[in-house]
Amino acid sequence: MEKKAAGKSLAEKIFETHLVDKPFGEAWVLRLDAVFCHEITTPVAINDLVSKGMDRVFDPAKIKAVIDHVTPAKDSKTALQGKILRDWARRHGIKDFFDIGRNGVCHALFPEKGFVRPGYTVIMGDSHTCTHGAFGAFAAGVGTTDLEVGILKGVCAFKPPRTMRINLEGSLKPGVTAKDVILALIAQIGVSGATDKVMEFRGPVVDSLSMEGRMTLCNMAIEAGGTSGVCMPDMTTVNYLWPFVGPDGEGQFKTKEEALAAYKVWWSDEDASYDSVVNLDCSALEPVATVGYKPDQVRAISELEGTKVDQVYIGSCTNGRIEDLREAAAVLKGRRIADSVRGILSPATPDVYAQALKEGLIQIFMDAGFCITNPTCGACLGMSNGVLAEGEVCASTTNRNFYGRMGKGGMVHLMSPASAAATAVAGYITSADKLK
Amino acid sequence: MKQFGGKLLFLDRSDINTDEIIPAKYLTEISKEALKPFCLEDLKLPDFDSRRDLAGKSAILTRGNFGCGSSREHAPWALEVNGINIVVAESFARIFRQNMYNCGMLAIELPAAQIDELFLAFKGLDTDLAVDLNAGTLKFTAPGKAAYTAQFKLTEFESALVKSGGWVQFAAERY
Ligand code: SF4
Repeated sequence: MEKKAAGKSLAEKIFETHLVDKPFGEAWVLRLDAVFCHEITTPVAINDLVSKGMDRVFDPAKIKAVIDHVTPAKDSKTALQGKILRDWARRHGIKDFFDIGRNGVCHALFPEKGFVRPGYTVIMGDSHTCTHGAFGAFAAGVGTTDLEVGILKGVCAFKPPRTMRINLEGSLKPGVTAKDVILALIAQIGVSGATDKVMEFRGPVVDSLSMEGRMTLCNMAIEAGGTSGVCMPDMTTVNYLWPFVGPDGEGQFKTKEEALAAYKVWWSDEDASYDSVVNLDCSALEPVATVGYKPDQVRAISELEGTKVDQVYIGSCTNGRIEDLREAAAVLKGRRIADSVRGILSPATPDVYAQALKEGLIQIFMDAGFCITNPTCGACLGMSNGVLAEGEVCASTTNRNFYGRMGKGGMVHLMSPASAAATAVAGYITSADKLK
Repeated sequence: MKQFGGKLLFLDRSDINTDEIIPAKYLTEISKEALKPFCLEDLKLPDFDSRRDLAGKSAILTRGNFGCGSSREHAPWALEVNGINIVVAESFARIFRQNMYNCGMLAIELPAAQIDELFLAFKGLDTDLAVDLNAGTLKFTAPGKAAYTAQFKLTEFESALVKSGGWVQFAAERY
């Protein structure tokens, strides 16, 4: 192999190994390893393919589909969306289709099933697809047209990758979580600070985070405009994927060291060139929350102390995983939420729900006065399961505080599960360390 | 190819997101046409009333990071069924921008200083936008005002999508 002058970033390596065509200089057409689908954006693509006489899928094994946004269906329109997806999955022999009883929030469910691997290219008709970059994959949200072509041909066009390296230095104080880190970072670079860029998370803070924490980080890359978040695959990644890639799974690797060596191929080279570099010293961070209607409007929770809330929502693809439930339950244990607050917990997947039951977490939430829903996106996008009334305020572990996001005229304060739990107990915004 | 240009709608704010362009609760609609009455319903902009202000408009002038947030292609569709096929802005969110071109619509970026000048000169006036794709020019005119012409350049890929009417056809034939 010829030695190149400059090293390559993880994203560049993935692009080069997946390149199918460069029909025009600025558009790279990539081969896709996985195309994910849900019932909100896929049915329109399906109907369009049917109407064009092109009702085919490129590879049923590489397509994964779930009904997650509104489930169980709330009305005949959402029932129809589910039906279109369900019928399509059956018609094309898509094995990995998750219907009610087995369904959960896409970006929590698909990693849990082992569908994302280092070096993969992934698209989905959902902006938070960037979550899957936590595994060292290039994963990007797309619209319905790109999704349609992905389903049909297994390709998608992107601009050549530009990477923003984000060094998360120091270590997190107790009570400070991945959610606080990503909110602080978005506050620093702004809601369009990473537009058209891959956000590469590096440094000791990332190294010490679990896969759940890394997914929380990468999940909110899009809130800074980023195309995908990415983390370098390491032993934490290998351990998470081991049931799928080890001898008890597909048997791709005999030892974890072997898997790690294979995955390290994707690591950005030491001398990779970056579009920009951002440093964040995380040692100084405190628990934070958003104010206003943009995710970059962030304040220390200590400055917001006393802001009354009507509802607390714990769930979503950002913070509905088992670690998040543990974090919130640790705060709620032996406490009750304020009478003025409605608490809602939506475990992100059936496995998260089952594990939380086993660990007694669900009981803690119930004793504290929370309502537990089935795994679904639900309240996160204001479609069901906890829509706000005009003028109401919600402390939420989700990722968007847009005007009207959880219900017309509602206000959403984004924060970590621990802070949301503490806020539920107090009835106003506060952090866990302030509770008596 | 779609028709571009016509009466201009001024949305004088940055970071207008796709939830504001079309709220999630309408994503249960399977037809594009059904989105029509709800376009920009939740836009957070003083004195803006979508039912009053959208009528008769065919183009939008706005600020930075237009179309951020959700990937929903329902956002361009909601604009399209209201007769709006072109948005001129300081910058766009990636997915929204790509969705526009994938639908054969135009998302044109102009430098911040030009956007400023345009708002200063035309906001509040009955403004027309004429688009010349071949020459790469946008011409803004309003009664009693000197015309303002701005240059733009599409990438080859964008231009191909706009001319062919979309990415599905292109990919179906090629891959
Ligand atoms: S939980 Fe919220 S942000 Fe995540 S996929 Fe569902 S609707 Fe989107």
